[in-house]
Amino acid sequence: MKDKLIPSIIIISFITIFLIFYKGLQETSIYTPKSEIKKDIPIFSSVKFDSKENISSSEIFNSNKFYLLNIWASWCVPCRQEHAYLMRLSESDQVTLIGLNYKDNFNNAQNFLKKLGNPYETILLDEDGTISIEWGAYGVPETFLIHKNKIVSKYIGPLNEELINEIYSIIK
Amino acid sequence: MRILKITLIILLLIPNLLFADDKFERNKITKNLRCLICQGQSVYDSDSDFANSMKILVDKKLAEGFSENEIYEFFKEKYGDWILYDPDLNKNTYILWLLPILIFLLGGAIIIKKLKFKN
Repeated sequence: MKDKLIPSIIIISFITIFLIFYKGLQETSIYTPKSEIKKDIPIFSSVKFDSKENISSSEIFNSNKFYLLNIWASWCVPCRQEHAYLMRLSESDQVTLIGLNYKDNFNNAQNFLKKLGNPYETILLDEDGTISIEWGAYGVPETFLIHKNKIVSKYIGPLNEELINEIYSIIK
Repeated sequence: MRILKITLIILLLIPNLLFADDKFERNKITKNLRCLICQGQSVYDSDSDFANSMKILVDKKLAEGFSENEIYEFFKEKYGDWILYDPDLNKNTYILWLLPILIFLLGGAIIIKKLKFKN
């Protein structure tokens, strides 16, 4: 009995270790923060892109309608991909688009908007990237759908047809 | 000449001594924050855009009078427990904290049992 016990324990241990590693191979090791929703929006102040006036978050998100905060930069390639979708969304009366220009060169950002169109009602500057961190973002592009001062949904990466439809279904 | 050299060294050290506290606090905090862009590196070690912004924000929060724990709470609320290298003991992390102790106790029990068996 004892002769069989030790080899069986070794075999079972190896099978367990193999299964753990095999499962580990399939799971991504890159951590993505959970898209926690229904969180209050952060309180911050920023500078307007064109007029360079100071503005606080309470002045921007001051009504009960839907807002879409999009973090973008002219140097960000995926931002170009999603820009057409943002232009489409800007035609909707249900949502106001706010842009957060992340660590960008002013002239390049202006050229980007001239070339591709400006979907934003207000653009804010985030020159040192700290406002994006206040929002819990860690890259560009990232988009937040806001309603009644709460984050309703968060989209990491460029928007696409499917996500735009999801946004339309929420805001209608 | 010697006195001049010593005076020069002292003069060069003064700014370092004055700012040492701030830097020490900031370095201590950023060493315990994980960079989300270059995962596996701390914010202190990383030079990514994200890590640099985190460093600026830690400085801002320290200037606003936030304590070390308040800064950790702030980042935890934004990014979850994962952002800390030294997570707190809570319902999500108790296995992480208790497993080594359990394994240690189990190993100890096996050794004691074996020793008793031998005697």
